[in-house]
Amino acid sequence: MSFVFWMFAVLTVAGALAAVLLKNTVHCALALTVAFAGLALLFLDLDAQFAGFAQILVYIGAVAILVVFAILLTRGSETPKDGVFSKNWFVGLVIAAGVFAVFAWAVLASVGVLPHEAATPEVSVAQIGQVLIGRYVLPLEIVALLLTAALIGAVIVAMDEKERAR
Amino acid sequence: MVGSTPLGGFLLVAALLFSIGLAGALTRRNAILVLIGIELMLNAANLNLIAFWRYGPHPELLTGMMFAIFSIAVAAAEAAVGLGLVISIYRHAHTTDLDAMNRMKG
Repeated sequence: MSFVFWMFAVLTVAGALAAVLLKNTVHCALALTVAFAGLALLFLDLDAQFAGFAQILVYIGAVAILVVFAILLTRGSETPKDGVFSKNWFVGLVIAAGVFAVFAWAVLASVGVLPHEAATPEVSVAQIGQVLIGRYVLPLEIVALLLTAALIGAVIVAMDEKERAR
Repeated sequence: MVGSTPLGGFLLVAALLFSIGLAGALTRRNAILVLIGIELMLNAANLNLIAFWRYGPHPELLTGMMFAIFSIAVAAAEAAVGLGLVISIYRHAHTTDLDAMNRMKG
């Protein structure tokens, strides 16, 4: 077991737990950023440099900022009087614990057949770019279209209705 | 760089992250926090994809890596639309409390 992996794993899980458990919504968003950073470090530990830096750019750079904006626009940072957890939080907790039990059982039961050692793949960013505009060019174009449509849709949905009627 | 970390370690961390995200999505009242839980679940899936790519038989084909990159892009679109919906609902109902939102008609 490598020490670096456990350090990153503990950082990620602690950030995720804080993001789910903290009372102040802004603190949750900041803890979420820590979890995203820990995941990016795990990606780098897995020799996936491109995915790691894409994770930092997209999640820490865009999604976390978007979440903070949404919290501030909706006055969500005020802690509600009747607690931050829903009425039937216990059912949700039981479901999540059950799902984790199934996953952990599946991983631990198959630990003997999982591959152990792998040679470090020789993958450069130039290679990733070539594959993206070669073999995966159609998915790339579809994702570009999806992102454009989704962002226009998000703006239209969030637009003030009185403004739209004029 | 991976050294002696077995694949099972990454899979367990991803399972833990997914369960934490699921618990958050199922138990929080604030709609934005539910979205945060869903983001955590998507990220756990990405970690699984990258780990299987790294330990798989043909990492030079970049299949798992591409899957994770496209998944990151789709998750970004999902976050934008989700937060836009939350802002729109807030403008209608003046709350982001999901327990108070029990109808879809505005």
